Amino acid sequence: MESQSVLNHNSLKAILAEVNEVSNEDIRDEIVSDIYTKSKSLCKKVVSQQPAMYRSDKLDEIFTSRIWGFPIMLILLGTVFYITIAGANVPSDMLANLFGYLEGKLTFLFEAMHAPEWLHGVLVLGLFRGTGWVISVMLPPMAIFFPMFALLENYGYLPRVAFNMDRLFKRAGGHGKQSLTMAMGFGCNAAAIMSTRIIESPRERMLAILTNNFVPCNGRWPTLILLASLFMVTGFSGAAGTFVTAAILIGFVMLGVVVTLSVSWVLSKTALKGVPTHYTLELPPFRRPKFWNTILRASLDKAWYVLKRAVVVAAPASILTWVLANIYVGDTSILMHFINFLDPFGQALGMDGFIMAAFILGLPANEIVIPILIMAYLSQGAMLEIEDLSKLKQVFIDQGWTWLTALNMMLFSLLHFPCGTTLVNIYKETKSPKWTFMSFLIPTVIAIGVTWLTATVARAFGWV
Amino acid sequence: MHMEKTSLKPLSECSFGDCFLIKEINIKGPLRRRLLDLGFVKGAEISVLRKSPLGDPVAYRVSNTTIALRNDESSMILGEIVRGNTK
Amino acid sequence: MRVNRIALAGNPNTGKSTLFNTLTGLKQHTGNWPGKTVVHAEGSFEHKGEQYVLVDLPGTYSLFSNSADEEVARDHIVFDQPDATIVVLDATSLERNLNLALQVLEMTNNVIICINLIDEAEKKGIRIDERRLARELGVPVVKISARNKKGINRLLDTLSQLVHGQIVTTPYRMKYSKEIEEAITKIESKLEGYFDEKYPSRWIALRLLDGDEELILKLQNHKNNKQHEVRTNGVPVSVKS
Repeated sequence: MESQSVLNHNSLKAILAEVNEVSNEDIRDEIVSDIYTKSKSLCKKVVSQQPAMYRSDKLDEIFTSRIWGFPIMLILLGTVFYITIAGANVPSDMLANLFGYLEGKLTFLFEAMHAPEWLHGVLVLGLFRGTGWVISVMLPPMAIFFPMFALLENYGYLPRVAFNMDRLFKRAGGHGKQSLTMAMGFGCNAAAIMSTRIIESPRERMLAILTNNFVPCNGRWPTLILLASLFMVTGFSGAAGTFVTAAILIGFVMLGVVVTLSVSWVLSKTALKGVPTHYTLELPPFRRPKFWNTILRASLDKAWYVLKRAVVVAAPASILTWVLANIYVGDTSILMHFINFLDPFGQALGMDGFIMAAFILGLPANEIVIPILIMAYLSQGAMLEIEDLSKLKQVFIDQGWTWLTALNMMLFSLLHFPCGTTLVNIYKETKSPKWTFMSFLIPTVIAIGVTWLTATVARAFGWV
Repeated sequence: MHMEKTSLKPLSECSFGDCFLIKEINIKGPLRRRLLDLGFVKGAEISVLRKSPLGDPVAYRVSNTTIALRNDESSMILGEIVRGNTK
Repeated sequence: MRVNRIALAGNPNTGKSTLFNTLTGLKQHTGNWPGKTVVHAEGSFEHKGEQYVLVDLPGTYSLFSNSADEEVARDHIVFDQPDATIVVLDATSLERNLNLALQVLEMTNNVIICINLIDEAEKKGIRIDERRLARELGVPVVKISARNKKGINRLLDTLSQLVHGQIVTTPYRMKYSKEIEEAITKIESKLEGYFDEKYPSRWIALRLLDGDEELILKLQNHKNNKQHEVRTNGVPVSVKS
């Protein structure tokens, strides 16, 4: 039997030698040309009337026009933001009210059962309140934003974005498809890391992985909406206020793009040297999506996703935060020790120790940063109820917030380290502890640098 | 033979509305194979659709689909330009 | 009960995923292809009381294994040998799409050509003579609109007939230039008896000519794995490795 496998091996070599004799470099060209010739002749036989000008071409003249291409991108993004903010307000308030009402009932129930105070604290004030916060702040905007985004995606608009932006990414040393992975990042950076697989060149894929975090994901941009609408649109109300909020969000997204391009550029000149690889991009015809089908699928998908994350990540984190806030060492809680420790650092960055602690405790998931922050603020002093989002501003102002605090928290949220899930995915995809650490370090350094700069400048000029 | 060689122009020199007949692809490796798969084969007719807002890449019509190529690639695809053949 | 394994192949942007969703609804699960960073999507459905498992192959322009996607799609068709392969074509750009269909026809006999987006094509004034195409290609051709759920039943009936052998296909095999054909014949004769008959020898010869030496290793590994499987089942095997 041994001899037979050797024989096989030899005959295999003989076959390969034979192959090399008759094969040549141009054979692939010939094969594909022949196949195309056949396709063409088949089409001549079975297809009648070749179309001259597609409707897509006319639409592309607008969507990728020299003059209108970029403005339309911004207008579309702005419209999506506007509808999200305008539409999410009411359901968010309703959900907050509902959870507030249920919290009252639960408290009543616990009192009726003479449950110990710590149990009520952990389950109602920690678990229930935190999870309820995440759901009421996250669910409505997500259930509005993603269906709209899915419509644009299914319509075929995203490849046009890649087409318009390619020059910029090429200049920065990246791949044109990086803009597609960034678009995924609006949904979830962790999922976007997986989507970088569409970039075949390892160098450019690494760039896309390391910079994806600069696109605000669904866990972060409710934070941006909240702070922008509370602190930055004070002079406006109603539709004008929503409009300005949307404009501010676009500003943040554009800042994220600028940082992405700059970091890509620096990395491709230093640690990830190399020339951009070639690429081809298909612009498929525009196709009217199944409207309600797309909306329903995306809404349910996202709602389910938010609820799942609320249970898996927000619930344990809420319990942990409550426990840390209620176990005392000396006459101060563990949480307050931690906050006091971070406070000088937070102040230097134009924020405070609470915010820093919230970002650190929020490492598992960005959506819990605001709930942790509120819980931490409220755990100080008297417990007050927050039935609606407008009362929240008072809580912040009582803690010494200014416009600079809000701005820097927004900047930090946009630029800081990726969430735990994203880091795990980066490790899974790169299999490199070094690059996973870099994907943590680069954004963190930038976030600290930028907020320190804005705080220092604002203070030097006496703006705050 | 010599005359024919010199008359070959790169695809990148085509402008809107031109038609282009591919004669040679001076690219090796995976990109060549990808271009072949997309229909950039010898003898294929290509028409120029439009430039992106920043001038590069350019969208081409090839076997009834729209494919965008950067100047780096389209300058390596050689052939004959038929001016203003399409409307 | 017999479960029919069906593969779904096609170019990107042909509405392949729409068809996948239409057929399998919510009975889907996704993962990775073993050892690859390529998404593996699988779903199941029932038709006329029979079970079908549908594998949504990555959308590719060809099956020459230029990329991980193409390799996964190709390997599934050649090695896993699904009971039928549905090739989804975009009616509005048939020429480039047929490129992939012709490649699949070189690899397997059990093929259904499914021309999708037929509504859109008709709106653009494109008419496709599917009977003529079926005659030319020697396999069933079904026109559908996955989006509007048109032609789905006809597709499923055809599928059922194909997997039960009620339709006998005579797939068109690409004919190349005289030199290539001669080389194929030469290599194919050398390969005779070397690999399992179930693998398409003409196609293997062509791939070898195209310089795909990795394919040989894969075919051998597959052979060895097969023996390993048998051994673990406790059946004595005569060939040692």
